[in-house]
Amino acid sequence: MRVVKLPVLATVSTALLGLAIALAFFYAPADADQGLSQRIFYFHVPLALTSYACFGWGAWKALRHLWKGDPGADLESYVAIHQGVIFGSLTLLTGSIWARISWGVWWSWSEDQLVLFLVLFLFYCAYFMLRFSVDAGPARANMCAVYALFGVVLIPVSFLAIRLSKKFIHPVVFTAHGPQMTGAQFLTFCVCLAAILVLFVTLYTLELAGKRLDASLRELRELLA
Amino acid sequence: MSPSERYTAAAYLVVFAAVLLYVVIIASKLQRLEREVTQLVELAKKRAPDG
Repeated sequence: MRVVKLPVLATVSTALLGLAIALAFFYAPADADQGLSQRIFYFHVPLALTSYACFGWGAWKALRHLWKGDPGADLESYVAIHQGVIFGSLTLLTGSIWARISWGVWWSWSEDQLVLFLVLFLFYCAYFMLRFSVDAGPARANMCAVYALFGVVLIPVSFLAIRLSKKFIHPVVFTAHGPQMTGAQFLTFCVCLAAILVLFVTLYTLELAGKRLDASLRELRELLA
Repeated sequence: MSPSERYTAAAYLVVFAAVLLYVVIIASKLQRLEREVTQLVELAKKRAPDG
């Protein structure tokens, strides 16, 4: 991705987020059971799916680093995982707020979906401990790539947990019979998902551009020193 | 405002605040990079043969 795309990405991201909020509050019909709090779903689920996409993208870049030795793949993997942790923390926060309204508690340890997502989140938080405890260089890049690849195994487990769980307290909207919502709700959900995904691409591009610039300046300073 | 409305607003505000905080962090980083570029340009001018 090139830096010149950033203004376009930022504009599309802002427009889509505005549209998503408008659709969530003024277009999508209110849920008969949950009422207003159901509207948290329109951002909570896309945030969770986007964090899976970030970790998956980070793992893909890690694989490219180990397999092909792509220059810059280590940095791209790191930035994707950083974004995944940000979106993951937002998923946990919005989910906790929804749980407080619907279940009366901020967190439930008996929910497999919640606990597995927390495990996935903490696993990738530990990635930064590993990264910053080793000196920069090929050894660190290889270790981080292997770690990022291990973590990707947790994504399908976390995603399928609500379907494998016997409790089913956590709502299941997407079943084998398709999405369990009206057409207007599904359209709103799709726009929200697109908005959050474009936001990820924008922030990923922005952070990556900053990191690359930082590295180039460090190199330049060493040359001039 | 009912508790449900309060919590729903809080959920959306959390997302908005996080994105805003991220932009602020990136903006401060860009300012630092801008300062470094200025310093390096000055250093390069001093090093230039006719500088």
